Amino acid sequence: MDFITSIPWALIAWSVAKAVFVIFLVVLPMVSYTVYAERRVSAAIQDRVGPNRTGFPTTLLGFKKDMQIILGGLGQPIADAVKFILKEDFTPGGVKKFYFWLAPCLAMLPLVSLAFVPFGSSLFGEKMVIADINVSVLGVFAVTGVGVYAIVLAGWASNSKYPFLGGIRSTSQMIAYELSMGMSIIPVLMAQGTMQMSHIVQNQADNGWTLLPLWGHGLSLQSWLLLIPFGISFIIFAISVFAETNRLPFDMPESESELVSGYHTEYSSMKFALFFLGEYTAMIVGSSLIVVFFLGGWHMPGIPDGDGNGGLAILRELPHWILGLVNITCFFGKVAALLVCFIWVRWTLPRFRFDQVMKLGWLYLFEIALANIILTAAIIAFTSK
Amino acid sequence: MNPLLFGLFAFLMLAFGVSVVVNRNPVASALSLVVSFLCLAALYVGLDAYLIASVQVVVYAGAVMVLFLFIIMLLDLKAEERRKFNKLAVGGGALVSLAFAAQVIGVLGKFPKGNQPFPTLKLPPDETLNDIQKVGESMFSQHTLPLQIVGVLILVATIGVIVISKRELK
Repeated sequence: MDFITSIPWALIAWSVAKAVFVIFLVVLPMVSYTVYAERRVSAAIQDRVGPNRTGFPTTLLGFKKDMQIILGGLGQPIADAVKFILKEDFTPGGVKKFYFWLAPCLAMLPLVSLAFVPFGSSLFGEKMVIADINVSVLGVFAVTGVGVYAIVLAGWASNSKYPFLGGIRSTSQMIAYELSMGMSIIPVLMAQGTMQMSHIVQNQADNGWTLLPLWGHGLSLQSWLLLIPFGISFIIFAISVFAETNRLPFDMPESESELVSGYHTEYSSMKFALFFLGEYTAMIVGSSLIVVFFLGGWHMPGIPDGDGNGGLAILRELPHWILGLVNITCFFGKVAALLVCFIWVRWTLPRFRFDQVMKLGWLYLFEIALANIILTAAIIAFTSK
Repeated sequence: MNPLLFGLFAFLMLAFGVSVVVNRNPVASALSLVVSFLCLAALYVGLDAYLIASVQVVVYAGAVMVLFLFIIMLLDLKAEERRKFNKLAVGGGALVSLAFAAQVIGVLGKFPKGNQPFPTLKLPPDETLNDIQKVGESMFSQHTLPLQIVGVLILVATIGVIVISKRELK
């Protein structure tokens, strides 16, 4: 029974605890409130009110009124979830049943890539990242690459014209933009010299954010010159994240006026909700990647990390667990700010044509990303001694 | 690596490998191959080879198989599903592979090194284990020429594809 005792139970327990914390206490509530934010922000942009009535259902507990906190309508996600679960789950005839069921399960796959993302410095001496491996950047791209299957299978298994076209469009779009996404990040990795996300964030905390080199080694000619390629990287990466998550202006796979609603046309009830949640989870993953690579991860200038290093001397006196929690809050605050930008763009820009999307991905972004790598290499070679 | 996990993933990998061959539906075969690749990646992770595991998933499961699936769906191969097993061919194939396996086992038994238990591998301590750096260094210092040749080969293949597809358009 040697192999049972050799299992590192403590490590597994900690990882499970962190995964439960991240998924059920942070990301899933964040997903549902992103949906709510999407509705409120779009309403504000279109000069409407949006969902502002649903409170928390305290009437179930015997109170006279539902509870309203600050803004009205914060109970809306609960009502949405209940609605999705109670709706009829209709499976159309002629679908390929097994794959029809498999596709929505795979749609939640983006959650796995959050395992690699450092969402905080440390809390009670424990690093706030679930899988801190030395190639975590590649790990995230591996999971995103496999995520395409959900959409391909949904389109194919529905055995119907519009979902199929949506699935095909989505696959070619995701393959095209995955390339420029991967290429655009290489300059950052070259300058940081590591593929471990926790190290990338730590470097940024010590020497200035990738896009804000204002302290440590960041105050050198090299890092100021490198701002040019990093800016280009940031723009390409952000555009690719929009395309990878199938958000407007790249929502070809489900352009309503042409394809009904694309690959999930035939889905109803909770199966549809899983695609929906998957899309918003992918948005959160994309924003976290932008935060980790370009905006300093959990770091905020002046705030020490969870072990009490760096930052202002007064704040270092605080209990370390408070600093750890503040770091986690900073990370998710930055992610939330980016999510609002995502929503803002969706309700501002019109949709591209499909050939324009393909042309942008293959002819412009990919080539610019390649040239950007050479530019970065030249800057690093000429400015370092 | 824990023997329990090794057994689980090796079994799954082989089972899905068999399912690639046995399935008549091309999409099912392709997906079985994907699962098989993922199990192989899990085996690599068990050996602490995170780089090769990630590359396995990114390249094979994430890119090559997606393209495979894409083409299979576009072609919509119905004939393959209707075709029956040719009993003679199945029997012949089984015979050949069994004979091959018997030969391999026979040779390995006589080969002196085949009888030795495999020495236990020792990992270097954590600080020096940076597989991505090691791979990069050996690739761009010791094996630069093969790398360049592979690059040229891929370029030739790409240009070939463009030439062939342009000719078809006329």
